[in-house]
This record gives sequence, structure tokens and C-alpha cells, in this order.
Amino acid sequence: MSNFPYKVVVGLEIHVQLCTKTKMFCGCAVEFGQAPNSRVCPVCLGMPGVLPVMNKQAFEYSVLAALALNCKIAEFTKWDRKSYYYPDLPKNYQISQYDLPLGANGFIEIPIDGGRTKRIGIIRVHLEEDAGKNLHTAGNFSQVDLNRAGTALLEIVTEPDMNSVAEVRALAVQLQRMVRFLGVSVADMQKGHMRFEPNVNLVITKDGSEYKTPIVEIKNLNSFRSLERSVAVEEQRQLNDFLETGRVMGMGNKTTRGWDDARQITVLQREKEEAHDYRYFPEPDLVPVEMNERWLNDIKAGLCELPIKKQMRYVNEYNLSDYDAGVLTAERSTAEFFVQVVDAGGEPKRVCNLLTQAGLKLANEKVCSVAELGITAGNLAELAKMIEAGTVSASAGNTIMQEMVKTGAAPESIAEELNLTQKSDAGELEGIVDEIIAANPKAVDDVKSDGKKCKKAHGFLLGQVMQKTKGRANPNVVSQILAEKLG
Amino acid sequence: MAKKIDQTRVRKVARLSRLELTEAEVAEFADQLSAILEYVEKMNELDTDDVQPLAHCLPISNCFRADCVKESLGTEKVLGNAPQRDGEFFKVPKIIDSV
Repeated sequence: MSNFPYKVVVGLEIHVQLCTKTKMFCGCAVEFGQAPNSRVCPVCLGMPGVLPVMNKQAFEYSVLAALALNCKIAEFTKWDRKSYYYPDLPKNYQISQYDLPLGANGFIEIPIDGGRTKRIGIIRVHLEEDAGKNLHTAGNFSQVDLNRAGTALLEIVTEPDMNSVAEVRALAVQLQRMVRFLGVSVADMQKGHMRFEPNVNLVITKDGSEYKTPIVEIKNLNSFRSLERSVAVEEQRQLNDFLETGRVMGMGNKTTRGWDDARQITVLQREKEEAHDYRYFPEPDLVPVEMNERWLNDIKAGLCELPIKKQMRYVNEYNLSDYDAGVLTAERSTAEFFVQVVDAGGEPKRVCNLLTQAGLKLANEKVCSVAELGITAGNLAELAKMIEAGTVSASAGNTIMQEMVKTGAAPESIAEELNLTQKSDAGELEGIVDEIIAANPKAVDDVKSDGKKCKKAHGFLLGQVMQKTKGRANPNVVSQILAEKLG
Repeated sequence: MAKKIDQTRVRKVARLSRLELTEAEVAEFADQLSAILEYVEKMNELDTDDVQPLAHCLPISNCFRADCVKESLGTEKVLGNAPQRDGEFFKVPKIIDSV
């Protein structure tokens, strides 16, 4: 193992599928999981004589994302053809943006240790069309499905500003939250809505000099896990390679590697020498886009408080832990619903617990967001108040919430109906505690002893009270009474 | 004067474009393409210092459409011109894909 200090350097290229109804340059529907080649038209097929026409929504979504990434928005942008010879894009070129991307020179803040943030530079943001899908499982030929061909794809390129696997992950997660908050992408990893291509190398210090290892680009990662694992594995591989060969970065020695998930290794991809000869040239079929102040202001109106800002504000304003605030702000609707419930009088931590525990579980079951469960902010605030006041226990609160989703009834009536109200009245409970003490002299002796048995016996007596009250005694109050009487 | 486009260049462009050319064609196209470039070179005589690069020959911009679904062609028509098909898929020679 080496003792040379080193730093890993990572830049990311991210592709994000926009959630437009139709493709970038034609009216074919963008729908996942449809019959092969059923969402295809002459434009997707690259038939002679067809003309692509820009989807305005896709352009505006892209500008909105670029604004959220603090980019400078181009006043003038145009389209270019990028030569591409694979059957999943039958035109033999991809329409993209080369020298005039719609956004450039931005940054994104990512959370790092200790509640601090780090600024990661954004080199450029541009819009392009996605390719179709090649499938290779059928035999000694490949199958092509063009449903995805032409779908609007946002490409985001970061500066090589990330210096750990944790930072790479943080960026990916922040970006996913951001595009979801903005409503420009569903960003479902399982549907390939987000794909990552990290560029990785190391700066190694040896004998007072710095050595940079050759840059490796890892292709097409479509999960946070593969992104993290592949960067971690590549970091180690490059370190070992340097120690063995001393190879450093040089002209033309950047390579591309694929991620083999089964073997958890990166694999060198041999590419033809002309693979990157894209021969970009201006797309004659599409006219340029000119941005003006009014249009830009209209788009800016779609901006919102971004997830990381919201998360930090929830920590400060509502006294939540960073973790809780992170869970609440993962989805915009959940975050906003939380505020509504708090504004309706719910104590923030109680509301947070209800939403992130029972709420998320119920939402998962119903495949909707917490805000769509059908519970009003007022009712949930009421439930939070009941738990806060000890009228119902926290666990009964979860049961009540489940019933609220089912029936839409108010929490008080559900608590009554299901006998979930909790006895917190010390006077009433004292009598029951006395009965239990009288009936269990052995346990009482154990509590009074100082040994190991003390705690166990205390728990036993508490259990007896709970049984006697059919679980409706407030355990905190009972525990207190027991301690007073036997302590 | 050396040719603008020599035969090596023609072969490279042909390979990039997946075109198969005979030796005679390579020679012929090298001559023709060079002649075209030489002709176009005349434009270098113009003073273009104060001229903005042209992104498009039409003097218009911002031609958009609304994000409204239009009916697609239908799988049968889509596959109608395919040299080979496999069910609802285009069938193509095996692509040696990464990973």
C-alpha cells in the first residue's frame, strides 16, 4: 500500500430527461414502457424531407434548470449536428448544441460535513435529443426500439471540483432534488431519467512533486450506487496503476471505461480512433433561439427555493435535525405540506415525525406523495397537538394517521372510536398503580433492590399497568408515578 | 500547390461516412473536392473583420411548437421500410456495445 498522499479529482457529465409530454423536435409522446417503435414518426426516423420543430416547453425547462444552476443564459443559441453512426439514431447525427450552449458558467451548492456547503462549478448546460435503445439479448443480432429517440435531454457538465466519493454522491442527489423541485424532470433513476459519466483522476504527491494520473471517463451510470462504487473502485485502480507503472496524464491518453456491476470493476473500452470525430456543424433545419429579457423573466418566475436552501432553513427555523430536514425536503410537495401543517399549529418535530414515519410509509403504499394522501393540514396539525399533549401516544398517532388516510375523518373522532386516547391523568392512574403494587410484592422488592433486577422489575410493573389499562395509560406518566412511589 | 483534399483525407471521410469507394473513385473525388474548396477559397479575398458569423441563412429565430402530443406513425408503418425486422423491433447486425 502506498503512503503517498493523493487527492481524487472528479468532474461529472449528467444527462437528465426532461418531463415534456412530447419529444424535442416532433409531437411523438414521451412515455415509458410502451410497445416498441409505437412512439415514432418520420422525424424520429430521419426520413428525407422532414423538418424538426423545437418544443418550447423543453427549451424553457432547460433555461429554468440552467438558471437554478446559476448559469449565464445565452442571448443567442443555436443547434448543431453531431455525427453519430449507430442504429439507435437513424438520422446518423444527433441534434445538440456545440459552441453556443444555452447556459454556461454556473455553480451548484452541495452539502458537505458539518452542515457546510461546497460550491461545484457548472461549465455548461445544453439541450439535445436522446437516442433510441439497442437491445442485444435476442441472439446474433441487435434489436432497435426508437421510442426514446428524439426525447429532450439536458446535458450538464460540471467542473472537476469534486474530491471524494461522498461529494460526487452529494452532487448527484442535489441535482436530482433540484430538477424535481423545479418540475423539469421526474428524475427516476430506474427509468433512466438521469445518467452519469464521471471523469476521474488522481493528483498524487510523491517526493515533493505532484503527479496527475491519466483521466478516465466512466460511461453511462444510471444509479447513485453504481456512480459511487465505480468512482471508488476507479480511484483505487488508478492509485495501483500509478504505483506499478508510474503512468501520468499526457496528450491523448484519456480513456473510457465501462462499469461492470456484477464484478464491481471498471473495464477499459477500446474505441475506434475516429470515435470522437463528431464533425459538428450548424443544423440547417433549425433556426436559432434568441432570448429576451421579458421571456427570461417569465421563465424566472418558475424558480423556487432550492432543496439545499430549504433544508438549511428548516434546520434553523424549525429546529429540526439535518437528517429530518433532508427527508422532509427531498420532495417539494412534502416540504410545502410540512409548512402548512406547522402553520396550522402542529409542533414541528411532531409533524416531522408523523410525515416522515407513518406518512412516507403510507405514501409508498399508495404510490403518491405525502401531500397527496388526502389528509388536510388542519387535521394533521390537530393530531400533532394530541400527541404533544399526551392525549394519544406517538404510536397511536401513527395508527390514527393511517385511519385518517382511509376514512378522511378527524383525528379526535378516530381516537375515540378506536379507544386510542391515552390516560395521562396522574390522579386516575395512581389508583391503578397502587393496585398493581399491592398485587406484585416480589417485583416491588426487586425494584427497591439496587441490582440488575431493578430495571427489569420496573418494566414489569409498567407492563402490568399498561395491560390493566388496555394500553391506554401514558407510559411516561405511569413510569413517573412508579418512580415516586417506589423510589 | 498541394491538393486541398488528398486521397488519405478522402478515405478517412469515406470511412467516417461508412462509404465504400473504389480506388478510381478515391482519386476522382480527391480532385473534385479539391476543386470545390479551391473555388470556395475565393471568399477569403473578402474582408470579413466586421461580419458576424452566420448561424443560419434564414433571418428568423424562435420557431417553436407547443408541447402537444401528435399521433405517431404506428409500428407497422415505422417498420415498413426496414430491411429486416424482429417482431416490433428493427433488426440490425449485432452491435458490439460497451459493457
